Amino acid sequence: MEFFERFAIPHPSPAIYASMVAIALVTIGIIAGLTYFKKWGYLWREWLTTVDHKKIGIMYLISALLMLFRGGVDAIMMRAQLSVPDAELLDAQHYNEIFTTHGVVMIIFMAMPFIFAFMNLLVPLQIGARDVAFPRLNALSFWLFFAGAMLFNISFVIGGSPDAGWTSYFPLAGNDFSQHVGTNYYMIAIQISGIGSLMTGINMCTTILKMRAPGMTLMKMPMFTWSAFIANLIIVFAFPVLTVALLMGTTDRLFATNFFTSDNGGMDMLWANFFWIWGHPEVYILILPAFGLYSEIIPTFSRRNLYGYKPMVWSMVLISFLSFLVWTHHFFTMGQGALTNSIFSITTMAIAVPTGVKIFNWLFTMYKGKIRFTVPMLYSVAFIPLFTVGGVTGVMLAMSAADYQYHNTMFLVAHFHNTIIPGVVFAMLAGLTYYWPKFFGFMLNEKIGKWAFWSLTIGFVLAFFPMYITGLDGQARRMYTYSEATGFGPLNMVSFIGAAIMAIGFVLILWNVFYSFKNSSREIGSDPWDARSLEWATHTPIPEYNFARLPHVNSSEAFWDAKMNGHQLFRGEYEEIHMPSSSGVPFIMGMIFFVAGFSFVFSLWIPAVIALLGIFFCMALRSFEKDDGYHISVEEIKETERKLGGAK
Amino acid sequence: MKKKWAFLSSMLAFVLVLAGCEPLMVLDPKGPQAAQQASDIMLSIGIMSFIVIAVLTILVVILFKYRASNQPDDYEPPHIEGNKWVEALCIGIPVLIVAFLSFMSVKSNYIVESAPVGYENEEPLVVYASSSNWKWHFSYPEEGIETVNYLYIPTDRPLEFKLYSFGPITSFWIPQLGGQKYAMADMVTTLHLGADEPGEYVGRNANFSGKGFAENTFNVTAMSQTEFDEWVQEVHEKAEPLTEEKFDELLEPGHLGQMTFTGTHLEFSPAPEHTHNDVSEEGNDSEEESDHSGH
Ligand code: HEM
Ligand SMILES: [Cu+2]
Repeated sequence: MEFFERFAIPHPSPAIYASMVAIALVTIGIIAGLTYFKKWGYLWREWLTTVDHKKIGIMYLISALLMLFRGGVDAIMMRAQLSVPDAELLDAQHYNEIFTTHGVVMIIFMAMPFIFAFMNLLVPLQIGARDVAFPRLNALSFWLFFAGAMLFNISFVIGGSPDAGWTSYFPLAGNDFSQHVGTNYYMIAIQISGIGSLMTGINMCTTILKMRAPGMTLMKMPMFTWSAFIANLIIVFAFPVLTVALLMGTTDRLFATNFFTSDNGGMDMLWANFFWIWGHPEVYILILPAFGLYSEIIPTFSRRNLYGYKPMVWSMVLISFLSFLVWTHHFFTMGQGALTNSIFSITTMAIAVPTGVKIFNWLFTMYKGKIRFTVPMLYSVAFIPLFTVGGVTGVMLAMSAADYQYHNTMFLVAHFHNTIIPGVVFAMLAGLTYYWPKFFGFMLNEKIGKWAFWSLTIGFVLAFFPMYITGLDGQARRMYTYSEATGFGPLNMVSFIGAAIMAIGFVLILWNVFYSFKNSSREIGSDPWDARSLEWATHTPIPEYNFARLPHVNSSEAFWDAKMNGHQLFRGEYEEIHMPSSSGVPFIMGMIFFVAGFSFVFSLWIPAVIALLGIFFCMALRSFEKDDGYHISVEEIKETERKLGGAK
Repeated sequence: MKKKWAFLSSMLAFVLVLAGCEPLMVLDPKGPQAAQQASDIMLSIGIMSFIVIAVLTILVVILFKYRASNQPDDYEPPHIEGNKWVEALCIGIPVLIVAFLSFMSVKSNYIVESAPVGYENEEPLVVYASSSNWKWHFSYPEEGIETVNYLYIPTDRPLEFKLYSFGPITSFWIPQLGGQKYAMADMVTTLHLGADEPGEYVGRNANFSGKGFAENTFNVTAMSQTEFDEWVQEVHEKAEPLTEEKFDELLEPGHLGQMTFTGTHLEFSPAPEHTHNDVSEEGNDSEEESDHSGH
């Protein structure tokens, strides 16, 4: 019995027991459903073993949406607890676990897969390639992310969730102050999915550098591809820092190494530095692909080319460089003195300049355009002013002396939600709506989409703008409750109402998917929005090889040139196409990583060692395996192309 | 255009509240450091509102003017690569704004990191403020007094807080007297504050430190130097001495009310001043005892 006690929740509640039952029921339901409809084979062949970038993209997308709802439920519970003074919905421990998991889930397991979804779906199509450079590695990236996400998500029913904040500062996150296994989950689950992210970074950089269509020079790449390239470059430089920091944190917790403890020569400040040397670039990893999506959507619906292509590219390059020089702004208050703070204050504000350039370029893209207010465009239009507010409050925070007053308050919370929600989340929803027809063959309903958009925007303003005020009134972040005397009550109630309205918006988006699936026309052609870049030049549904003949490119808007100026995209005869073959190994490795992670969390050394050996075995197997992929013959290509409506 | 109204009205509400129907704590300073920060904050809110309003105006005009329904069906938008003057302007104006704010920021950094201006002729009062889960211990070494969860301070005199922690990183914050600074277990940080009005202020730990974090607060009472001296006198007459045993008891995790002792824990449990070198003292008070040999 003693053995099993470690898996118990240290701090149970009826909600957690209810979740356990719900998880069990859903799992049984899924297994029964798959068996009943005889879908196991389909699932294995078409999804679990796939190396197709489009399917991997879709799996990222589904995971991201699931995690969005998990994180959203956390958010609603927090806002409900704070909506009135001295509320007793959650106690301190639950509240701490919830804001910790909310932060981790939203950044690592929602926003990251969301951007990876779009990178996977779009990059090969935008550069006219048949897949990414290393398709099997790409599948492994996904399954590592998935294993990490699952591991993190079971924490609240097995062993207990982490409760030291998404920043997990030591010594609070050390064994002295966080005794239960929650923080082990944090260290190991993020580690596993982080390794996946790092591999995606390498994969995408290689893809973009080596696999562009004939004629596509770097300065003729579509803007989303540029943003993906820069974001992945940042990943390659930033994630190793996280990997090392998490490893040190793990050994501190499991093997008493004292890297970050406050005695025995450890240094708690080291963790904060490592965390933010990764953490600040991380926020730009998230925002740049979002910028990229807006740079695709705004030109399409303004019926104009992107204004200032070159400044757009250079501003991203500059942002990526500066993003590594500002991390100290997350702890101006750690006592490094006026000189250090001054330097980091200036570098931080400097980032606002290239960001501002981008804002102006989007504005000028609409200038003299012909603007259509579709759902993706509405998100983009709302993004511009709302993100500007987020950016300028960032500049306010960058004034280090004043930051002594903002730091750790709701003002900071308002700032980063003000950048992440209109910046990243709106971009993802806009991209989802915009690219939905390309990948699923039908449009999402515009009317429901607009309702969702207005709910999210109004809800957002109501939920987060009051926090600027309560922050300046002295409301610290991460407090599970406050007294009536503080006077924070009314504005927190407004926030709660805003959060509830946002929740309605998200439900409407789900409803829209369901509704449109049943009711939308399937006769939409391959270019329903009258778009401009290469991803729209292939058929819908997209054949597995993407392009029967590789496109020839003369500008960043090759497809538009083909439509408007008679540019010849596809030339010459069909040729045999070489494709990578499917493999179950990435999925299996993901599952072994899960087992290894779980064993480490609970210090079960025998299974941990066996699982690690399994991982090395899979890697060794790969180097002995001879797999040249397979070929699609010219006849098959002709047949497919004929079915899809002939060559363009 | 519902959204714009929602947006404008919330901005308006924001400004109204800022304008002081009910002063927000940070914008209602009671000491020179907080006043400096409040004026920086107001200045930056002003400049930033200007930027937001400019962007919003350009946006609204463009959306209104170039919406598809406002144009003939056969209108075909031109191809515009960019214009180097427009681009120069888009870079130039932000650069100027950022340069100005950087200048202000650097200036304020040196102000808040040194003894408050205005009280140069007064000796600073040194208080060691240390946190433990989830309490604050205030040691007055010169007065030989220690309190728990409350702080008495004289007005019109520089206050020099030496911060450290007996546990997780915490952050010592009295919004109306000035911004916060971290208290950590392996080094001592210094926070310069001052109060120019007698009164009661709230103080708290602002940095999440576990279960008892929300209640990790303390009360601050500012009074004239004479009243402060009387209080010190009174404590020496009435309070019990702080023993090592008693102090260990106080460190146990939990919450305590307010307590008062004579003597300080610094005598038997000194602050971690020499374990890491204290790098926070560039400039003004570097002649202090800090150990720069480091490691
Ligand atoms: C103009 C650009 C920006 C500037 C100048 C800026 C500045 C800052 C500063 C100074 C802080 C630290 C404040 C403190 O802890 O007291 C901060 C925190 C943060 N910012 Fe920004 N920021 C900018 C843009 C962004 C963007 C685009 C994102 C995300 C996509 C973002 C996400 C965050 C997050 C997540 C935090 C803090 C998280 C935490 O402490 O838990 N910021 N920002
Ligand atoms: Cu940052």
